[in-house]
Formats: sequence, C-alpha cells, structure tokens
Amino acid sequence: MSTTRSRIAIGQTTRMAVVVMAMAMFFAACGGSAASPSASASVDASCAKDTLALKTAGKLTLSTDNPAYSPWFQGGNEGATVWVGDYNNDPVKGQGYEGAVAYAVAAKLGFTADEIVWIHTTFDNSYTPGAKSFDLYLAQVSIKAERAEAVDFSSGYYDAAQGVVTIEGSPIAGATSIADLKTAKLGAMIGTTSLAAINSVIKPDTEVAVFNTNDEALAALNGNLIDGIVTDVPTAFYMRDAQLTGGIIVGQLPSDGGAQEQFGFVLEKGSALTACVSAAVDALKADGTFAALLTEWIADKASAPVLK
Amino acid sequence: MTAARSARKGTLVAVISTLIVATLLAISIGSSPSWPLVQKAFFDGTYFSTSLPNVIGAFAINIQLFVLAEILILPIGLLIALARSITSPALAPLRIFATIYTDFFRGVPSILLIYVLGFGVPALRLPGVPSEPFFWALVTLVLIYSAYVSEVYRAGIESIHPSQERAARALGLTRFQALRYVVLPQALRRVVPPLLNDFIGLQKDTALVSILGVVEAFKQAQILKSANFNFTPLMVTAVIFLVITIPMTRLVDRLAAKDRAAQQGGTR
Repeated sequence: MSTTRSRIAIGQTTRMAVVVMAMAMFFAACGGSAASPSASASVDASCAKDTLALKTAGKLTLSTDNPAYSPWFQGGNEGATVWVGDYNNDPVKGQGYEGAVAYAVAAKLGFTADEIVWIHTTFDNSYTPGAKSFDLYLAQVSIKAERAEAVDFSSGYYDAAQGVVTIEGSPIAGATSIADLKTAKLGAMIGTTSLAAINSVIKPDTEVAVFNTNDEALAALNGNLIDGIVTDVPTAFYMRDAQLTGGIIVGQLPSDGGAQEQFGFVLEKGSALTACVSAAVDALKADGTFAALLTEWIADKASAPVLK
Repeated sequence: MTAARSARKGTLVAVISTLIVATLLAISIGSSPSWPLVQKAFFDGTYFSTSLPNVIGAFAINIQLFVLAEILILPIGLLIALARSITSPALAPLRIFATIYTDFFRGVPSILLIYVLGFGVPALRLPGVPSEPFFWALVTLVLIYSAYVSEVYRAGIESIHPSQERAARALGLTRFQALRYVVLPQALRRVVPPLLNDFIGLQKDTALVSILGVVEAFKQAQILKSANFNFTPLMVTAVIFLVITIPMTRLVDRLAAKDRAAQQGGTR
C-alpha cells in the first residue's frame, strides 16, 4: 500500500518536472526566435520563416521531376541517389537556372541551404488532388488559368518561348519560316504548352506526335518517326548541344498573340505559402536577381531567330 | 412452386444486400473530407462532356489496331500451336523454335518490346523498313498475343482425348486428316471463351501505341488531363473501353455456359 502511494508520488513529481521543463523550453524557443534577426523580414512580416505552414517544420521541401536536365538544373549528380545517370543533375547542387532560382527564393524566405529538402515528384503527381508531399514544385510548369483550378501557382520566374529543333537530313533542316513547317511531322512532350503552340501557331497538316517524355521525342526524331521537336527554347538548345548528333535549331516560334507564357512554382491548392513565395519571386525579379541568374545559366541560349 | 418462391426470395435477398453494400460504400466515400476535391479532379461533368468527342475520335485508332491485330493473331497463333504439337523428330527444329518463341514473347513486357521495335528498328534507317508507329505497334501486339493465343490453342488441342485421334487413324485418316477433321474442330470450340478473354486484354493493350507518339484514346485523354490538370478525361477513356469490353465479357460467359451445357448434355 505504501509502496503504491509513493510510486504515485514519484510519478506526480516526474510529470510536474516534465511540464515545467517543457514550459521552460517553450519560452526559451520563443525568446530565441524573437531575438534572432529574421532574414525573411525582407519579404513580408506575415511571411516570417517561423510562421510559414511547412510540410516538415523548419525545412522547406522542394521538388522537381527526375531526370533534371540542363540548363534548368546543372552541376552533375555526384553522390546523388535519386537523380542518377548521365545527363541527370542533382537539384541539391543549386545550379542551373531553376536550381538557382529555387535556392534564391528559399533564401529570400529565410532558409539556409541545409534547411532545404529535395524530393522527386513526377509532373503528373504534382497536380493530383489532396495533400502534396512538397512545399514548392518547379519543373518548367507553365502557368495557365485552367491549371490554377487544381493547384496554386506563384508569380512567374521565367518567360518562356517555344523553339523548333531537328537533325541533319530532316525535311525541315533548312526551314526558315512557319510555312516551311506546315508539312512537317512534328513532335512534342505531353502536358507541355509546346503542343498547344504547334497547333495554334504552325497548324501543321499532319497530326502532332505526342510523347510521354522529351527522351522519347528524341528517340522518335532519331528514328525518323518525326521531322522535328517543339520545346522551350533553352531545352531546344540543350537537345542540340548535348542530346542530338547533328542537331539543328530551326528557330523560335512567334507568340500566338496570347499572354506571355511563364513558368511558375506549383503549390498545393489554397496553400498559405503561395502569397509569400510570389512575394519572394516578385522581389527577386524586381531587384535583378533573376536577370543575373538568366545570364549565368541560360545566357545566349534563351532565344533563337524568330520564325515568320 | 416452393422452388419458384425460394428463387424469388433469393433474388430479393441479393438485391437488398447489394443495395446495402452500395449505400455503405457511397456513404463512406462521400463522407471523406477530401471527396469534393477528388470528385472535381476525377469526375468533373464539364470536363467529361468536353473531352468526350475528342477521346471518342481518337478511339478509332484503337479499333483499327485491334481488328487488324486480331485478324493476324488467330492464324499465326494456331500455326505456332501446331508447330509446338509436332512429335516428328525430323521437324524438331520447328518445335524448338515455337517453344522459344512462346517462352520469349509471353515473358517480355509488351511495353519494353514496343520501345525496342518502335524506336530502335526505325533508327537503323534500313531501306524499305517502315518507321510508322502504327506498324510497329501492330507488330508488337501480334508477336506477343500470338504467343498467348498459341498456348490457348495448344491447351485446347491437348484437352482432346488421345483416343479420338487413334479412332480417326483406325478409320484410315492420315495424321493430318485426323488433326484437321477430328481434333481441331473439337479443340477450337473449347478454346473460344479463353480466346475472347485474351482479346479483351488485347483491346486494352492497343493503348501501347501511344508510347510511340500516336494520339489514340488514352493519349488524347492524357493530353487533356495535363493541359487542364484534371483527370476526368481518363475516366472518359475508361468508360469507352468498358462499353466495348463488357458486352464481350458477357458473351464469353454465355459461350462458356453453353459449352458446359452441351458437354454435360452429351454425357447424360
């Protein structure tokens, strides 16, 4: 009987001690965050790093597709376990245009490089309904009103244009105008605005071939299944320089007269982060950071002669 | 009369239990807090009706591919099955070839074969070899399904009791005549249901041609899906495939039941 009671007594003291310690830690933690200067102050007071609703507390979970191609991601993949293989790049390097943009935005929100976690999400999975496993997703996703029904988009971080790439010996290797492309069998990757651009700008006579990935489009170009590929201009340059033998840039497609196409971060629909990310993107655009990153990573590969 | 009453009672119980299960399922799915999100992403009425004409239009390619493939598979599969059934030692190479063929093409995933044939062979740029994706999708399906179908035929041939062939030979028929007039007619009748089963699989596999860039029903749905970040067009494709395959499945059931009745009737 007495032993039981004493055990209860010990139990109570322990519990009280835990509560006191927890309270002490709580206040210490609050004090700590209030005292340290927050880097996120430059964005917006309501976007203070500690108030952000994150997937993992204290970490910014970024995500992109795999493989991650140049010039969007660069720096190779030494030591990588997910982004493996030739031509693939580990986004953790923070190199390439999108890699650098991701780290710049994260820094603007107050995150250091070690507080950033990268996970792989396929393009299709980036817009499935329900909770996302990432905070921010970037993989050359074009902002569109219909798409914004399913996900949130940040402000655009890149103005995209579409280019046509082919190989030597193709019927469109010497094409100089939109009219020259009319009779061509063109290919594009599924889900890209390139496909829409072919149909609205070129309006070819033959039906467009649509591939699941750009690699399959390249295989089809090499295999003579198609005459040319339409993709965003930097990717077209990368295909010519690294992925094709005898690759040729035919040119850049003129705008279809609609709004300028932009790439934006994808966030969960209704995410509390969206406004903060957009504010960070806008600030980095205004202060010239993105322009500098463009020069550094894409440089002269952002435009080609516009086809008429 | 009691039998009729118990049958009516059975139907009533079946209807009630089905309704209860369906209601419980609907309630449990509908009560999920995320159901409106899922409904909007997968079952959006507007996207369904706007994508329907596009997907149906693209489905013509699936039908062409399916019909052509089926016409080729039926005789090729039978020839392979006959080659495998050969017992003559002189023709052993033919039997070995048929065995390797079925082992290989039943074992290789069709998606891999279509990559190799559809992208790889045209890249060789051999004169006279077509690069048409439709052609290579057809070749892939014929190669793979002929292997499956040949095994179905073979099972049918082997299910015919050896006494049938011996009786035919005893009547003075040659080995070929015994096969042609006695064994095959019985075997083929038996394998109709499993053959139809394979063809339902073939219908769905016509979507593989999309890998080579051809815009058939499934690819058309995928295009619409990623253009709008809404999965409803995929449901449209599912409905179209079901509309074609469910009548076929029912037909298979009917044929199987008829065959069973005929056989039992024979033994009675």
